Amino acid sequence: MDLSLLLFEQTLNGIQFGVFLFLIAAGLTLVFGIMNLVNLAHGALYMMGAYVGATVFGWSGSFLLAAVAVVPAMMIFGALVERVALRTLYERDHMDQVLATFGLILFFNELVRIVWGPESQPMPIPEALSGHIEILSGVPYPTFRIVIIGVGLAVAAALYVLISRTRLGMLIRAGASNRPMVGALGVNIRLLFTLVFGLGAVLAGLSGVMAGPLLAVEPGMGEDMLVLSFVVIVIGGIGSIRGALVASILVGIVETVGRSILPVMLEAVVSNEAAQTAGPALASMLIYVVMAAVLFFRPEGLFSARTG
Amino acid sequence: MKKKLLCLAAALATVAVSSAIQAETVKIGFLNTFSGRAAVFGKHQKDGFELALDQLGRKVGGRDVKVIYGDDQRKPDAARQEVDAMLKKDRVNFVVGITWSNILAAVQKPVVRSKTFLISTNAGWSGMAGKQCSPYFFSTSWNNDQTPESMGKLLQDEAVDNVYLLTANYQAGKDMLAGFQRYYKKGIAGKILYKLGQTDYQAEISQVRAAKPGAIFGFFPGGMGIAFVKQYKAAGLDKTVPLYTVFTVDHMTLKGHGKAAIGTFHTNYWDLDSSNPVNQRFIKDFVKKYGYHPSHFAAQAYDAPLLIDSAVRAVNGDLSNKDGMRDAMRKADFESIRGKFTYNTNHIPIQNFYKREVVADAEGNPKIVTRGVVFEKHKDAHYKDCKMKW
Amino acid sequence: MLSKVQITALLFLGVGLLVVPPVTSWLDAPFYVSLFARIMIFAIAVVSLDLILGYGGMVSFGHAAYLGIGAYAVAIPSYYGIDNGYLQLALALGGSALVAFVIGLVSLRTSGLYFIMITLAFTQMLFFLGISLEEYGGDDGINTNRSELLGLDLYDETTFYYLIFGFLVFCLAVSYRLVHSRFGRVIRGIHANEARMQAIGYPTFRYKLAAFVIAGAMCGIAGFLLGNLTEFITPEYMSWFRSGEIMIMVLMGGMGTIFGSVFGALAYISLEEFIPDFLDWFGDGLGQHWPIVLGPLLVVLVLFAKGGLWGLLSRRDK
Repeated sequence: MDLSLLLFEQTLNGIQFGVFLFLIAAGLTLVFGIMNLVNLAHGALYMMGAYVGATVFGWSGSFLLAAVAVVPAMMIFGALVERVALRTLYERDHMDQVLATFGLILFFNELVRIVWGPESQPMPIPEALSGHIEILSGVPYPTFRIVIIGVGLAVAAALYVLISRTRLGMLIRAGASNRPMVGALGVNIRLLFTLVFGLGAVLAGLSGVMAGPLLAVEPGMGEDMLVLSFVVIVIGGIGSIRGALVASILVGIVETVGRSILPVMLEAVVSNEAAQTAGPALASMLIYVVMAAVLFFRPEGLFSARTG
Repeated sequence: MKKKLLCLAAALATVAVSSAIQAETVKIGFLNTFSGRAAVFGKHQKDGFELALDQLGRKVGGRDVKVIYGDDQRKPDAARQEVDAMLKKDRVNFVVGITWSNILAAVQKPVVRSKTFLISTNAGWSGMAGKQCSPYFFSTSWNNDQTPESMGKLLQDEAVDNVYLLTANYQAGKDMLAGFQRYYKKGIAGKILYKLGQTDYQAEISQVRAAKPGAIFGFFPGGMGIAFVKQYKAAGLDKTVPLYTVFTVDHMTLKGHGKAAIGTFHTNYWDLDSSNPVNQRFIKDFVKKYGYHPSHFAAQAYDAPLLIDSAVRAVNGDLSNKDGMRDAMRKADFESIRGKFTYNTNHIPIQNFYKREVVADAEGNPKIVTRGVVFEKHKDAHYKDCKMKW
Repeated sequence: MLSKVQITALLFLGVGLLVVPPVTSWLDAPFYVSLFARIMIFAIAVVSLDLILGYGGMVSFGHAAYLGIGAYAVAIPSYYGIDNGYLQLALALGGSALVAFVIGLVSLRTSGLYFIMITLAFTQMLFFLGISLEEYGGDDGINTNRSELLGLDLYDETTFYYLIFGFLVFCLAVSYRLVHSRFGRVIRGIHANEARMQAIGYPTFRYKLAAFVIAGAMCGIAGFLLGNLTEFITPEYMSWFRSGEIMIMVLMGGMGTIFGSVFGALAYISLEEFIPDFLDWFGDGLGQHWPIVLGPLLVVLVLFAKGGLWGLLSRRDK
């Protein structure tokens, strides 16, 4: 297989990973942008979605049912978490939010461990989606990953419509740029926030259920995605869905293509020995370097939404 | 006055009696990871350990046993603190457990310095098998390199050529490759050290496919393994490139892998279908007590109380006779789940390694079966660096 | 200023810490010497973070990096046979200061979540760097000898304990003087309103960077001591989770209170030790589920006990 074909395949992989990241980051940036809430427990919501999905799939054998069941489940769960634990945090500074939601992570991971046990939950790819599609000759691409791309883009489109064409979206945008004003205009801010948080939770849970068949469903799985999703929203600009999409594709491509070509590139420059050690090390640091670089030139991210 | 004197006498008597009883109790400190993501390892080992103690009637060598559990949280300094407590506060006679090599490296110094026996029920740090070997250290598991060495030998013997190497970019991951390449001398199609904690492997899978290797040799611990195997299957790579792994597919992760693991191969020293009657009884009792099938983690931990029992029995409960206990332990004269085995000079077991395949059972669920022996009485590669001779 | 209750508590604590070795020796419980040694070491890390976080409002999620640098400053020379404590300490201070300077230079242009993320990113980079350094054990870690410093035998737990105590007092004193100096007032002013400080004419970036470097160097001292205490170092000392724990200790002790740091470290490490035992009391094996208690406890603390333990002590006075 020639190099250009491989490069193309890696780019496709990068885009797919990016779209998956978008699914997770979208909810996070929404919540941060509207409610100014740094929610470290977003990863826990993603984990809950995976667990709910795995459990429903285990009972029913239908992935579709599992994915559909996650939506109301996460909406309720998200609303509950918001009312009980997070409501008082909106007025607090970021440090408090970081610590409180850090506490929530500890709690949810342990809860999951107690209820389901510490072993990984079985969640296979649904039979119907376990095949491949030949995008290019000789490159069978997993159908399920294509479904993920599809779902991700559909969500992006739906969010776009929601935010720019509906009244709720207008309230969200207004709330993101100037919250006190929206409250002063008589909008039920509390309800708005609960709804938005619920929406964020649904998005997180949906990404969890989509990830389940490809990864291990186990306690702590949220933390794997947490740092990357924050990197995405920071690069993209807090509160901007468009920024999240651009940033997640960027991050996805850098992560994927970067770690495949970096060792190769290094080998051309330094000795084999050095390349062997430096290559993987640099590859793991790459995304942080990119983030630092973006922030150096644009300290507010690429598409910051904040105005007031 | 008389009453006070009587009370004092009673109190002193109680203290005397209880300290006499204290002298009889064997105190075992069990250090493992019980919290956080890796808590499952601690759970499996504790279950195996506890089962053995139950079967021994909560006694070793005729003496009562008291177990002090410590959670290392997978952090070396927390582990150090736990071990400090066990040695100085609880005054344990044995420190048992430890899943991770870096934890073992962190705690072995103080334990060995205090002349307390340290028994690893999992951690196979090569330092302990070589330069840092100690008369106070014993393993009921293996040395890290032994398992990948057996995989290397398997692929060498089966004349599989052009192997692609995939491992995690950390010490244990690199050890796996080192062990593999000690015995596998044919062509290497490529090598990737992926980031620790990575969950998406599509990029690696694409690269592997492009290289058209004869097989993959992979090391993917814990959740990373489940992710990789699922994605490897999803990408259809299993149709062209067979997957050989170590420490990736086992009875702890099998349920999580599900059908995706069917068709993969691995090597190790123990499994459920070994016909050894001690093993079969262990498995039966384990399932009866806990309701799930044991993993090798549980099996290794099960051997530890048996080893200790053989030692304490040999010195008739005189725990101060450490040389006597050591001589007894060196004989490995107990009924182990791996069958009869002997210890190498560095107190690492000399044991067999087998080829395993994951097949589908009658319901289509994954099942591990043994396909033959790779190594008989395999010694680890580091004992020559160990200065102990006996 | 300090309330009467606070001064009393501080005296109690000081005396308490001083007498730990003889008391535990008398009680035949020598284990507690190393427990309190560890608490004091983390207290140094906590007060260093409090300088920039509590007073400066700089939420650095990468503070554990300096813990690691300080620890490696002991381990790497020791690996080459150099156990000279002066050299190692100088390396710990210098290394941490330098790294803090570089990280600060890049990160301090940002604020809020961006600052948190970028400091986190740098720590992660150091963490992955540490893992790939096979020569120094990678993530398997590296054993080290205890340093030779001031002609003291640091292997004697009591001697080492008092050395740590000395360092703690030193760091607390330096921090106290610092926040009550003009420099400290400027930092607090910048936290309150950076634009205003700039308008008055202060080069706020330079002040923030200076504070950042001082905090990093001080944490390097904690790292130096921690490496000596555990005689073993891994890159895990630099993980973001560790940074989070230090932040929790700042919170528990009280943000922007120098002396709260000792209470914070004491509280967190004690909880870590005793919650499992406490839970085990209710049922065997429950102890391993301690995060389910610590998690909500943290949330409650954040929501209701903003001033931390130190703040609680000051309120009592009224």
